[in-house]
Amino acid sequence: MAAPTRGERLWWILGTAAVVVYALMPVAWIVSLSLKPAAQLNDNRFLPRTVSLENYRTIFQDPQFPAALWNSLGIASLSTLLAVLLGMFAAYAIVRLDFPGRRLVLGGALSVAMFPPVAVIGPLFDLWRTVGLFDTWPGLILPYMTFTLPLAIWILAAFFRDIPWELEKAARVDGATPLQAFRRVMVPLAAPAVFTAAILVFMFAWNDFLFAIALTSTDNARTVPAAIAFFTGSSRFELPTGSIAAASVVVTLPIIVVVLLFQRRIVSGLTAGAVKG
Amino acid sequence: MKRIPAEYRLGWLLVAPAVVAMLVVTAWPVLYACWLSLFRYDLRFPDQRAFVGLDNYLSVLSSEVWWQSLGNTLIITVGSVAVELLLGFALALLMHRALFGRRTVRTAILIPYGIITVVAALAWKFAFDPTTGFVNALLGLDQAWLTERGSALFVIIFTEIWKTTPFMALLLMAGLTLVPDDLLRAARVDGAAAVQRFFRITLPLMKPAILVALLFRTLDAFRIFDTVFVQTRGAQSTESVSVVGYHTLITRLNLGLGSAVSVLIFVCVVIIAVLFVKGFGTALARGEEQP
Repeated sequence: MAAPTRGERLWWILGTAAVVVYALMPVAWIVSLSLKPAAQLNDNRFLPRTVSLENYRTIFQDPQFPAALWNSLGIASLSTLLAVLLGMFAAYAIVRLDFPGRRLVLGGALSVAMFPPVAVIGPLFDLWRTVGLFDTWPGLILPYMTFTLPLAIWILAAFFRDIPWELEKAARVDGATPLQAFRRVMVPLAAPAVFTAAILVFMFAWNDFLFAIALTSTDNARTVPAAIAFFTGSSRFELPTGSIAAASVVVTLPIIVVVLLFQRRIVSGLTAGAVKG
Repeated sequence: MKRIPAEYRLGWLLVAPAVVAMLVVTAWPVLYACWLSLFRYDLRFPDQRAFVGLDNYLSVLSSEVWWQSLGNTLIITVGSVAVELLLGFALALLMHRALFGRRTVRTAILIPYGIITVVAALAWKFAFDPTTGFVNALLGLDQAWLTERGSALFVIIFTEIWKTTPFMALLLMAGLTLVPDDLLRAARVDGAAAVQRFFRITLPLMKPAILVALLFRTLDAFRIFDTVFVQTRGAQSTESVSVVGYHTLITRLNLGLGSAVSVLIFVCVVIIAVLFVKGFGTALARGEEQP
Protein backbone atom coordinates (compact mmCIF):
# COMPACT_ATOMS: atom_id res chain seq x y z
CA MET A 1 0.00 0.00 0.00
CA ALA A 2 1.18 3.52 -0.74
CA ALA A 3 2.60 5.50 2.16
CA PRO A 4 -0.09 7.68 3.73
CA THR A 5 0.03 11.34 2.89
CA ARG A 6 0.18 13.94 5.61
CA GLY A 7 -3.52 14.70 5.16
CA GLU A 8 -4.48 11.05 5.53
CA ARG A 9 -2.38 10.76 8.63
CA LEU A 10 -4.16 13.71 10.17
CA TRP A 11 -7.55 12.15 9.48
CA TRP A 12 -6.55 8.89 11.11
CA ILE A 13 -5.23 10.69 14.16
CA LEU A 14 -8.43 12.71 14.44
CA GLY A 15 -10.56 9.57 14.06
CA THR A 16 -8.62 7.69 16.69
CA ALA A 17 -8.78 10.64 19.06
CA ALA A 18 -12.53 10.94 18.56
CA VAL A 19 -13.02 7.28 19.42
CA VAL A 20 -10.90 7.55 22.55
CA VAL A 21 -12.83 10.61 23.74
CA TYR A 22 -16.13 8.86 22.94
CA ALA A 23 -15.19 5.81 24.97
CA LEU A 24 -13.56 7.50 27.93
CA MET A 25 -15.68 10.59 28.45
CA PRO A 26 -18.36 9.05 30.71
CA VAL A 27 -15.69 7.15 32.62
CA ALA A 28 -13.71 10.33 33.22
CA TRP A 29 -16.94 12.04 34.24
CA ILE A 30 -17.87 9.45 36.85
CA VAL A 31 -14.31 9.45 38.22
CA SER A 32 -14.48 13.21 38.47
CA LEU A 33 -17.85 13.06 40.26
CA SER A 34 -16.53 10.51 42.72
CA LEU A 35 -13.65 12.80 43.66
CA LYS A 36 -15.77 15.90 44.20
CA PRO A 37 -16.43 16.79 47.83
CA ALA A 38 -20.14 16.91 48.69
CA ALA A 39 -20.30 20.70 48.61
CA GLN A 40 -19.08 20.84 45.01
CA LEU A 41 -21.24 18.04 43.56
CA ASN A 42 -23.66 20.48 42.01
CA ASP A 43 -21.18 22.85 40.40
CA ASN A 44 -21.95 21.58 36.86
CA ARG A 45 -18.23 21.36 36.13
CA PHE A 46 -16.71 18.42 34.30
CA LEU A 47 -13.57 18.39 36.44
CA PRO A 48 -13.45 18.66 40.22
CA ARG A 49 -12.07 21.86 41.73
CA THR A 50 -10.69 20.07 44.76
CA VAL A 51 -10.05 16.37 45.05
CA SER A 52 -11.35 14.43 48.04
CA LEU A 53 -11.58 10.76 48.86
CA GLU A 54 -14.54 11.24 51.19
CA ASN A 55 -16.97 9.35 48.91
CA TYR A 56 -14.72 6.29 48.85
CA ARG A 57 -14.43 6.33 52.64
CA THR A 58 -18.22 6.53 52.89
CA ILE A 59 -18.95 3.50 50.73
CA PHE A 60 -16.39 1.28 52.41
CA GLN A 61 -17.57 2.24 55.90
CA ASP A 62 -21.14 1.29 55.07
CA PRO A 63 -21.45 -2.53 55.22
CA GLN A 64 -23.76 -2.53 52.17
CA PHE A 65 -21.13 -1.97 49.49
CA PRO A 66 -18.37 -4.36 50.65
CA ALA A 67 -21.01 -7.09 51.01
CA ALA A 68 -22.26 -6.46 47.47
CA LEU A 69 -18.71 -6.49 46.14
CA TRP A 70 -18.07 -9.84 47.77
CA ASN A 71 -21.36 -11.23 46.42
CA SER A 72 -20.59 -10.00 42.92
CA LEU A 73 -17.10 -11.49 42.93
CA GLY A 74 -18.21 -14.84 44.31
CA ILE A 75 -21.34 -15.22 42.22
CA ALA A 76 -19.70 -14.11 38.97
CA SER A 77 -16.67 -16.36 39.52
CA LEU A 78 -18.71 -19.45 40.35
CA SER A 79 -21.08 -18.84 37.43
CA THR A 80 -18.09 -18.49 35.12
CA LEU A 81 -16.50 -21.67 36.39
CA LEU A 82 -19.68 -23.69 35.91
CA ALA A 83 -20.66 -22.20 32.55
CA VAL A 84 -17.19 -22.75 31.10
CA LEU A 85 -17.00 -26.28 32.46
CA LEU A 86 -20.38 -27.35 31.09
CA GLY A 87 -19.74 -25.37 27.91
CA MET A 88 -16.44 -27.19 27.44
CA PHE A 89 -18.07 -30.62 27.68
CA ALA A 90 -20.79 -29.63 25.24
CA ALA A 91 -18.48 -27.88 22.76
CA TYR A 92 -16.03 -30.77 22.76
CA ALA A 93 -18.83 -33.23 22.04
CA ILE A 94 -20.29 -31.04 19.30
CA VAL A 95 -16.96 -30.56 17.56
CA ARG A 96 -15.31 -33.93 18.06
CA LEU A 97 -18.07 -36.52 18.25
CA ASP A 98 -20.69 -37.57 15.79
CA PHE A 99 -24.06 -38.03 17.41
CA PRO A 100 -27.67 -37.20 16.53
CA GLY A 101 -28.88 -33.92 18.00
CA ARG A 102 -25.62 -31.98 17.67
CA ARG A 103 -27.16 -29.25 15.55
CA LEU A 104 -30.21 -29.20 17.81
CA VAL A 105 -28.02 -28.38 20.80
CA LEU A 106 -26.33 -25.53 18.93
CA GLY A 107 -29.68 -24.24 17.72
CA GLY A 108 -31.16 -24.51 21.21
CA ALA A 109 -28.21 -22.59 22.62
CA LEU A 110 -28.77 -19.88 20.02
CA SER A 111 -32.42 -19.52 21.01
CA VAL A 112 -31.47 -19.25 24.69
CA ALA A 113 -29.13 -16.42 23.69
CA MET A 114 -32.09 -14.55 22.22
CA PHE A 115 -34.35 -15.32 25.14
CA PRO A 116 -35.89 -12.40 27.07
CA PRO A 117 -34.87 -12.86 30.73
CA VAL A 118 -37.93 -10.98 31.93
CA ALA A 119 -40.04 -13.91 30.69
CA VAL A 120 -38.57 -16.20 33.36
CA ILE A 121 -38.15 -13.97 36.41
CA GLY A 122 -41.75 -14.50 37.53
CA PRO A 123 -41.65 -18.31 37.59
CA LEU A 124 -38.10 -18.31 39.02
CA PHE A 125 -39.14 -15.83 41.73
CA ASP A 126 -42.08 -18.07 42.64
CA LEU A 127 -40.07 -21.30 42.54
CA TRP A 128 -36.97 -19.92 44.30
CA ARG A 129 -39.14 -18.75 47.20
CA THR A 130 -40.69 -22.21 47.53
CA VAL A 131 -37.41 -24.15 47.39
CA GLY A 132 -35.42 -21.65 49.43
CA LEU A 133 -33.14 -20.36 46.69
CA PHE A 134 -34.50 -16.81 46.87
CA ASP A 135 -31.85 -14.31 47.97
CA THR A 136 -29.03 -16.88 47.91
CA TRP A 137 -25.89 -17.28 45.81
CA PRO A 138 -27.07 -20.43 43.98
CA GLY A 139 -30.31 -18.61 43.17
CA LEU A 140 -28.33 -16.19 40.99
CA ILE A 141 -25.58 -18.56 39.88
CA LEU A 142 -28.10 -20.88 38.18
CA PRO A 143 -29.63 -18.26 35.87
CA TYR A 144 -26.25 -16.64 35.14
CA MET A 145 -24.71 -19.97 34.27
CA THR A 146 -27.62 -20.84 31.99
CA PHE A 147 -27.84 -17.54 30.20
CA THR A 148 -24.09 -17.54 29.52
CA LEU A 149 -23.93 -21.18 28.38
CA PRO A 150 -24.83 -20.29 24.77
CA LEU A 151 -21.98 -17.78 24.67
CA ALA A 152 -19.57 -20.30 26.17
CA ILE A 153 -20.66 -23.13 23.87
CA TRP A 154 -20.50 -21.02 20.70
CA ILE A 155 -17.12 -19.48 21.48
CA LEU A 156 -15.58 -22.79 22.56
CA ALA A 157 -17.02 -24.69 19.60
CA ALA A 158 -15.76 -22.02 17.17
CA PHE A 159 -12.25 -22.23 18.65
CA PHE A 160 -12.23 -25.99 19.11
CA ARG A 161 -12.96 -26.40 15.39
CA ASP A 162 -9.60 -24.82 14.59
CA ILE A 163 -7.57 -26.92 17.00
CA PRO A 164 -5.32 -29.50 15.29
CA TRP A 165 -6.62 -32.46 17.28
CA GLU A 166 -4.35 -34.92 15.40
CA LEU A 167 -1.51 -33.57 17.51
CA GLU A 168 -2.80 -35.66 20.38
CA LYS A 169 -2.46 -38.81 18.32
CA ALA A 170 1.00 -37.72 17.20
CA ALA A 171 2.07 -37.25 20.81
CA ARG A 172 0.78 -40.72 21.66
CA VAL A 173 2.73 -42.20 18.76
CA ASP A 174 5.82 -40.47 20.06
CA GLY A 175 5.39 -42.33 23.33
CA ALA A 176 3.43 -39.91 25.54
CA THR A 177 0.96 -41.42 27.98
CA PRO A 178 -2.69 -40.34 27.55
CA LEU A 179 -2.35 -38.07 30.57
CA GLN A 180 0.83 -36.51 29.23
CA ALA A 181 -0.72 -36.02 25.82
CA PHE A 182 -3.68 -34.30 27.46
CA ARG A 183 -1.60 -32.12 29.78
CA ARG A 184 1.24 -31.20 27.44
CA VAL A 185 -0.63 -30.97 24.14
CA MET A 186 -4.36 -30.61 24.58
CA VAL A 187 -4.55 -28.25 27.54
CA PRO A 188 -2.17 -25.66 26.05
CA LEU A 189 -4.06 -25.80 22.75
CA ALA A 190 -7.49 -25.35 24.32
CA ALA A 191 -6.50 -22.93 27.09
CA PRO A 192 -6.79 -19.69 25.06
CA ALA A 193 -10.35 -20.58 24.01
CA VAL A 194 -11.36 -21.48 27.54
CA PHE A 195 -9.83 -18.31 28.90
CA THR A 196 -11.57 -16.16 26.30
CA ALA A 197 -14.94 -17.73 27.06
CA ALA A 198 -14.32 -17.25 30.78
CA ILE A 199 -13.63 -13.51 30.41
CA LEU A 200 -16.82 -12.90 28.44
CA VAL A 201 -18.99 -15.02 30.75
CA PHE A 202 -17.58 -13.21 33.76
CA MET A 203 -18.37 -9.83 32.20
CA PHE A 204 -21.97 -10.92 31.63
CA ALA A 205 -22.48 -12.10 35.20
CA TRP A 206 -20.72 -9.00 36.58
CA ASN A 207 -23.05 -6.80 34.51
CA ASP A 208 -26.46 -8.37 35.13
CA PHE A 209 -29.08 -6.26 36.85
CA LEU A 210 -32.52 -7.78 36.19
CA PHE A 211 -31.98 -11.13 37.94
CA ALA A 212 -30.00 -9.39 40.66
CA ILE A 213 -32.89 -7.15 41.68
CA ALA A 214 -35.65 -9.69 41.06
CA LEU A 215 -34.15 -12.65 42.90
CA THR A 216 -32.48 -10.99 45.88
CA SER A 217 -33.70 -8.78 48.68
CA THR A 218 -30.85 -8.29 51.14
CA ASP A 219 -27.07 -8.04 51.44
CA ASN A 220 -27.11 -11.83 51.49
CA ALA A 221 -26.83 -12.13 47.73
CA ARG A 222 -27.37 -8.63 46.35
CA THR A 223 -24.69 -7.87 43.76
CA VAL A 224 -23.04 -4.54 42.99
CA PRO A 225 -25.28 -3.31 40.14
CA ALA A 226 -28.36 -3.91 42.29
CA ALA A 227 -26.74 -2.37 45.37
CA ILE A 228 -25.66 0.76 43.47
CA ALA A 229 -29.13 1.28 42.03
CA PHE A 230 -30.66 1.06 45.50
CA PHE A 231 -28.08 3.06 47.43
CA THR A 232 -29.79 5.27 49.94
CA GLY A 233 -28.36 8.54 51.11
CA SER A 234 -28.47 10.24 54.46
CA SER A 235 -32.05 11.24 53.76
CA ARG A 236 -34.55 9.14 51.83
CA PHE A 237 -35.17 11.73 49.18
CA GLU A 238 -31.62 12.62 48.36
CA LEU A 239 -29.83 10.58 45.72
CA PRO A 240 -26.34 9.87 47.13
CA THR A 241 -24.60 10.91 43.93
CA GLY A 242 -21.09 10.92 45.39
CA SER A 243 -21.35 7.42 46.84
CA ILE A 244 -22.89 6.06 43.65
CA ALA A 245 -20.08 7.56 41.61
CA ALA A 246 -17.39 6.15 43.92
CA ALA A 247 -18.95 2.68 43.88
CA SER A 248 -19.24 2.85 40.08
CA VAL A 249 -15.56 3.65 39.77
CA VAL A 250 -14.62 0.75 42.05
CA VAL A 251 -16.52 -1.76 39.90
CA THR A 252 -15.43 -0.25 36.60
CA LEU A 253 -11.68 -0.30 37.27
CA PRO A 254 -11.35 -4.11 37.14
CA ILE A 255 -13.21 -4.13 33.80
CA ILE A 256 -10.83 -1.54 32.38
CA VAL A 257 -7.81 -3.54 33.57
CA VAL A 258 -9.20 -6.72 32.01
CA VAL A 259 -9.91 -4.90 28.75
CA LEU A 260 -6.41 -3.43 28.63
CA LEU A 261 -4.78 -6.78 29.30
CA PHE A 262 -6.92 -9.03 27.14
CA GLN A 263 -8.17 -6.75 24.36
CA ARG A 264 -7.27 -9.20 21.57
CA ARG A 265 -8.89 -12.18 23.24
CA ILE A 266 -12.13 -10.34 23.94
CA VAL A 267 -12.37 -9.13 20.35
CA SER A 268 -11.68 -12.56 18.91
CA GLY A 269 -14.11 -14.20 21.32
CA LEU A 270 -16.95 -11.82 20.53
CA THR A 271 -16.49 -12.12 16.80
CA ALA A 272 -15.87 -15.88 16.81
CA GLY A 273 -19.15 -16.52 18.58
CA ALA A 274 -21.17 -14.45 16.15
CA VAL A 275 -19.50 -14.75 12.79
CA LYS A 276 -17.74 -18.08 12.70
CA GLY A 277 -20.62 -19.99 14.24
CA MET B 1 -32.93 -53.84 19.42
CA LYS B 2 -30.19 -51.94 17.66
CA ARG B 3 -27.24 -51.07 19.80
CA ILE B 4 -26.61 -47.38 20.32
CA PRO B 5 -23.03 -46.63 19.31
CA ALA B 6 -20.72 -45.67 22.17
CA GLU B 7 -19.92 -42.38 20.43
CA TYR B 8 -23.58 -41.35 20.54
CA ARG B 9 -23.79 -42.13 24.21
CA LEU B 10 -20.62 -40.21 25.05
CA GLY B 11 -21.86 -37.27 22.99
CA TRP B 12 -25.21 -37.18 24.76
CA LEU B 13 -23.55 -37.57 28.12
CA LEU B 14 -21.29 -34.60 27.48
CA VAL B 15 -24.02 -32.24 26.27
CA ALA B 16 -26.56 -33.40 28.87
CA PRO B 17 -25.59 -31.05 31.74
CA ALA B 18 -25.72 -27.96 29.52
CA VAL B 19 -28.98 -29.03 27.89
CA VAL B 20 -30.62 -29.81 31.23
CA ALA B 21 -29.56 -26.46 32.67
CA MET B 22 -30.93 -24.57 29.68
CA LEU B 23 -34.22 -26.47 29.79
CA VAL B 24 -34.67 -25.99 33.55
CA VAL B 25 -33.94 -22.26 33.57
CA THR B 26 -35.59 -21.22 30.29
CA ALA B 27 -38.00 -23.73 28.72
CA TRP B 28 -39.64 -24.85 31.93
CA PRO B 29 -40.20 -21.32 33.36
CA VAL B 30 -41.75 -20.18 30.08
CA LEU B 31 -44.20 -23.07 30.18
CA TYR B 32 -44.88 -22.34 33.84
CA ALA B 33 -45.42 -18.67 32.97
CA CYS B 34 -47.97 -19.72 30.32
CA TRP B 35 -49.76 -21.75 32.99
CA LEU B 36 -49.62 -18.98 35.62
CA SER B 37 -50.90 -16.43 33.12
CA LEU B 38 -54.25 -18.27 33.08
CA PHE B 39 -54.83 -17.65 36.79
CA ARG B 40 -55.73 -14.77 38.98
CA TYR B 41 -52.69 -15.08 41.20
CA ASP B 42 -51.57 -12.18 43.35
CA LEU B 43 -48.97 -13.03 46.00
CA ARG B 44 -50.44 -10.42 48.31
CA PHE B 45 -53.79 -12.24 48.19
CA PRO B 46 -52.76 -15.87 47.59
CA ASP B 47 -56.13 -17.23 48.75
CA GLN B 48 -57.94 -15.63 45.84
CA ARG B 49 -56.06 -17.75 43.31
CA ALA B 50 -58.50 -18.84 40.62
CA PHE B 51 -58.55 -19.98 37.02
CA VAL B 52 -59.57 -17.07 34.82
CA GLY B 53 -58.76 -18.29 31.31
CA LEU B 54 -57.52 -15.56 29.03
CA ASP B 55 -58.74 -12.69 31.23
CA ASN B 56 -55.20 -11.61 32.10
CA TYR B 57 -54.32 -11.30 28.43
CA LEU B 58 -57.46 -9.28 27.83
CA SER B 59 -56.57 -6.89 30.66
CA VAL B 60 -53.01 -6.46 29.41
CA LEU B 61 -53.96 -6.03 25.77
CA SER B 62 -56.69 -3.53 26.59
CA SER B 63 -54.46 -1.45 28.88
CA GLU B 64 -52.82 1.73 27.74
CA VAL B 65 -49.67 0.94 29.73
CA TRP B 66 -48.89 -2.11 27.61
CA TRP B 67 -49.29 -0.37 24.25
CA GLN B 68 -47.44 2.69 25.45
CA SER B 69 -44.54 0.54 26.67
CA LEU B 70 -44.53 -1.48 23.47
CA GLY B 71 -44.38 1.79 21.52
CA ASN B 72 -41.51 3.03 23.73
CA THR B 73 -39.64 -0.23 23.31
CA LEU B 74 -40.00 -0.11 19.54
CA ILE B 75 -38.89 3.54 19.42
CA ILE B 76 -35.85 2.72 21.55
CA THR B 77 -35.06 -0.39 19.52
CA VAL B 78 -35.36 1.18 16.08
CA GLY B 79 -33.71 4.45 17.14
CA SER B 80 -30.71 2.88 18.80
CA VAL B 81 -30.13 0.05 16.32
CA ALA B 82 -30.34 2.37 13.29
CA VAL B 83 -27.80 4.83 14.69
CA GLU B 84 -25.60 2.01 15.93
CA LEU B 85 -25.48 0.49 12.47
CA LEU B 86 -24.22 3.72 10.91
CA LEU B 87 -21.86 4.62 13.74
CA GLY B 88 -20.72 1.01 14.03
CA PHE B 89 -19.88 0.91 10.34
CA ALA B 90 -17.76 4.03 10.64
CA LEU B 91 -15.96 2.53 13.64
CA ALA B 92 -15.51 -0.82 11.90
CA LEU B 93 -13.99 0.82 8.83
CA LEU B 94 -11.73 2.88 11.07
CA MET B 95 -10.51 -0.25 12.86
CA HIS B 96 -10.22 -2.30 9.69
CA ARG B 97 -8.29 0.22 7.65
CA ALA B 98 -6.39 1.84 10.52
CA LEU B 99 -2.83 2.65 9.50
CA PHE B 100 -1.82 2.93 13.12
CA GLY B 101 -3.47 3.15 16.48
CA ARG B 102 -5.58 0.07 15.74
CA ARG B 103 -4.83 -1.35 19.15
CA THR B 104 -5.70 1.91 20.86
CA VAL B 105 -9.06 2.12 19.12
CA ARG B 106 -9.99 -1.48 19.83
CA THR B 107 -9.05 -1.19 23.48
CA ALA B 108 -10.92 2.10 23.83
CA ILE B 109 -14.19 0.81 22.38
CA LEU B 110 -14.16 -2.24 24.60
CA ILE B 111 -14.61 0.04 27.60
CA PRO B 112 -18.23 0.99 26.80
CA TYR B 113 -18.85 -2.68 26.00
CA GLY B 114 -17.40 -3.90 29.28
CA ILE B 115 -18.74 -1.27 31.63
CA ILE B 116 -21.73 -2.31 33.74
CA THR B 117 -24.94 -1.10 32.08
CA VAL B 118 -26.23 0.28 35.39
CA VAL B 119 -23.04 2.32 35.79
CA ALA B 120 -23.24 3.65 32.23
CA ALA B 121 -26.89 4.58 32.75
CA LEU B 122 -26.06 6.38 36.01
CA ALA B 123 -23.07 8.20 34.50
CA TRP B 124 -25.21 9.61 31.70
CA LYS B 125 -28.08 10.30 34.06
CA PHE B 126 -25.80 12.45 36.23
CA ALA B 127 -24.29 14.04 33.11
CA PHE B 128 -27.71 15.12 31.82
CA ASP B 129 -28.97 16.07 35.29
CA PRO B 130 -29.55 19.84 35.54
CA THR B 131 -28.11 20.13 39.06
CA THR B 132 -25.05 17.87 38.91
CA GLY B 133 -24.46 17.47 35.18
CA PHE B 134 -22.26 19.19 32.65
CA VAL B 135 -24.36 18.64 29.52
CA ASN B 136 -26.56 21.70 29.99
CA ALA B 137 -23.53 23.87 30.74
CA LEU B 138 -21.80 22.48 27.67
CA LEU B 139 -24.73 23.09 25.34
CA GLY B 140 -25.87 26.30 26.99
CA LEU B 141 -29.29 24.77 27.69
CA ASP B 142 -31.58 24.73 30.67
CA GLN B 143 -33.29 21.42 30.11
CA ALA B 144 -34.59 18.96 32.71
CA TRP B 145 -33.89 16.01 30.44
CA LEU B 146 -35.37 13.14 32.43
CA THR B 147 -38.61 14.79 33.50
CA GLU B 148 -40.21 14.81 30.08
CA ARG B 149 -41.06 11.82 27.90
CA GLY B 150 -39.42 12.91 24.66
CA SER B 151 -36.12 14.07 26.11
CA ALA B 152 -36.04 11.15 28.56
CA LEU B 153 -36.37 8.69 25.67
CA PHE B 154 -33.60 10.60 23.93
CA VAL B 155 -31.26 10.17 26.93
CA ILE B 156 -32.14 6.47 27.13
CA ILE B 157 -31.46 5.91 23.42
CA PHE B 158 -28.27 7.96 23.66
CA THR B 159 -27.02 5.78 26.53
CA GLU B 160 -27.88 2.60 24.64
CA ILE B 161 -26.04 3.81 21.56
CA TRP B 162 -22.97 4.74 23.58
CA LYS B 163 -22.89 1.40 25.32
CA THR B 164 -23.60 -1.00 22.47
CA THR B 165 -22.16 0.58 19.31
CA PRO B 166 -18.79 -1.09 20.06
CA PHE B 167 -20.40 -4.53 19.93
CA MET B 168 -21.98 -3.72 16.57
CA ALA B 169 -18.66 -2.33 15.32
CA LEU B 170 -16.76 -5.48 16.30
CA LEU B 171 -19.23 -7.75 14.52
CA LEU B 172 -19.13 -5.55 11.43
CA MET B 173 -15.33 -5.47 11.55
CA ALA B 174 -15.30 -9.27 11.52
CA GLY B 175 -17.58 -9.08 8.49
CA LEU B 176 -15.17 -6.70 6.77
CA THR B 177 -12.38 -9.25 7.00
CA LEU B 178 -14.54 -11.53 4.81
CA VAL B 179 -14.22 -9.07 1.93
CA PRO B 180 -11.13 -10.04 -0.10
CA ASP B 181 -8.67 -7.20 -0.62
CA ASP B 182 -7.85 -8.45 -4.12
CA LEU B 183 -11.41 -7.89 -5.23
CA LEU B 184 -11.38 -4.29 -4.02
CA ARG B 185 -8.01 -3.68 -5.64
CA ALA B 186 -9.22 -5.14 -8.93
CA ALA B 187 -12.30 -2.91 -8.82
CA ARG B 188 -10.07 0.08 -8.15
CA VAL B 189 -7.92 -0.76 -11.15
CA ASP B 190 -11.08 -1.06 -13.25
CA GLY B 191 -11.93 2.48 -12.24
CA ALA B 192 -14.63 1.97 -9.55
CA ALA B 193 -14.82 4.91 -7.17
CA ALA B 194 -14.61 4.39 -3.41
CA VAL B 195 -18.37 4.86 -3.01
CA GLN B 196 -19.09 2.34 -5.77
CA ARG B 197 -16.66 -0.15 -4.28
CA PHE B 198 -18.38 0.15 -0.94
CA PHE B 199 -21.93 -0.28 -2.22
CA ARG B 200 -21.26 -2.79 -4.98
CA ILE B 201 -18.66 -5.04 -3.35
CA THR B 202 -18.23 -4.49 0.38
CA LEU B 203 -21.90 -4.25 1.35
CA PRO B 204 -23.20 -7.29 -0.59
CA LEU B 205 -20.38 -9.48 0.67
CA MET B 206 -21.00 -8.34 4.23
CA LYS B 207 -24.74 -8.95 4.13
CA PRO B 208 -24.67 -12.07 6.34
CA ALA B 209 -22.49 -10.37 8.95
CA ILE B 210 -24.71 -7.29 8.95
CA LEU B 211 -27.85 -9.38 9.39
CA VAL B 212 -26.40 -11.36 12.27
CA ALA B 213 -25.31 -8.13 13.96
CA LEU B 214 -28.74 -6.55 13.39
CA LEU B 215 -30.60 -9.59 14.67
CA PHE B 216 -28.55 -9.79 17.86
CA ARG B 217 -28.74 -6.09 18.58
CA THR B 218 -32.46 -5.80 17.77
CA LEU B 219 -33.39 -8.61 20.13
CA ASP B 220 -31.04 -7.21 22.75
CA ALA B 221 -32.47 -3.70 22.42
CA PHE B 222 -36.02 -5.03 22.61
CA ARG B 223 -35.24 -6.53 26.04
CA ILE B 224 -34.01 -3.16 27.36
CA PHE B 225 -34.42 -2.94 31.11
CA ASP B 226 -31.38 -1.67 33.02
CA THR B 227 -31.06 1.74 31.38
CA VAL B 228 -34.76 2.60 31.63
CA PHE B 229 -35.03 1.35 35.20
CA VAL B 230 -32.00 3.31 36.38
CA GLN B 231 -32.67 6.53 34.52
CA THR B 232 -36.43 6.98 34.98
CA ARG B 233 -37.82 3.92 36.79
CA GLY B 234 -40.41 4.05 34.02
CA ALA B 235 -41.72 7.47 35.07
CA GLN B 236 -42.89 10.04 32.49
CA SER B 237 -44.39 7.14 30.48
CA THR B 238 -40.98 5.87 29.44
CA GLU B 239 -41.54 2.27 30.53
CA SER B 240 -40.23 -0.46 28.26
CA VAL B 241 -42.08 -3.78 28.10
CA SER B 242 -39.48 -5.42 30.33
CA VAL B 243 -39.94 -2.70 32.95
CA VAL B 244 -43.72 -3.24 32.87
CA GLY B 245 -43.13 -6.98 33.30
CA TYR B 246 -40.79 -6.42 36.22
CA HIS B 247 -43.09 -3.96 37.98
CA THR B 248 -46.11 -6.23 37.61
CA LEU B 249 -44.28 -9.36 38.74
CA ILE B 250 -41.86 -8.21 41.40
CA THR B 251 -43.02 -4.78 42.58
CA ARG B 252 -46.75 -5.55 42.62
CA LEU B 253 -46.31 -9.31 43.08
CA ASN B 254 -49.10 -10.01 40.62
CA LEU B 255 -47.83 -13.27 39.17
CA GLY B 256 -50.89 -13.98 37.03
CA LEU B 257 -51.01 -10.65 35.24
CA GLY B 258 -47.21 -10.38 35.16
CA SER B 259 -46.91 -13.81 33.57
CA ALA B 260 -49.28 -12.72 30.83
CA VAL B 261 -46.96 -9.76 30.18
CA SER B 262 -43.95 -12.12 30.17
CA VAL B 263 -45.57 -14.46 27.68
CA LEU B 264 -46.48 -11.53 25.41
CA ILE B 265 -42.88 -10.28 25.51
CA PHE B 266 -41.69 -13.76 24.67
CA VAL B 267 -44.09 -13.90 21.73
CA CYS B 268 -42.82 -10.50 20.49
CA VAL B 269 -39.23 -11.75 20.60
CA VAL B 270 -40.19 -14.88 18.66
CA ILE B 271 -42.00 -12.75 16.07
CA ILE B 272 -38.96 -10.48 15.63
CA ALA B 273 -36.64 -13.48 15.27
CA VAL B 274 -38.96 -15.16 12.76
CA LEU B 275 -39.33 -11.95 10.75
CA PHE B 276 -35.57 -11.62 10.55
CA VAL B 277 -35.04 -15.21 9.53
CA LYS B 278 -37.93 -15.14 7.03
CA GLY B 279 -37.15 -11.73 5.62
CA PHE B 280 -33.50 -12.40 5.11
CA GLY B 281 -33.73 -16.17 5.29
CA THR B 282 -31.33 -17.11 2.56
CA ALA B 283 -28.64 -14.63 3.46
CA LEU B 284 -28.81 -15.50 7.12
CA ALA B 285 -28.74 -19.23 6.49
CA ARG B 286 -25.73 -18.83 4.26
CA GLY B 287 -24.05 -16.76 6.95
CA GLU B 288 -24.70 -19.41 9.56
CA GLU B 289 -23.50 -22.29 7.51
CA GLN B 290 -20.07 -20.88 6.87
CA PRO B 291 -17.75 -23.02 8.96
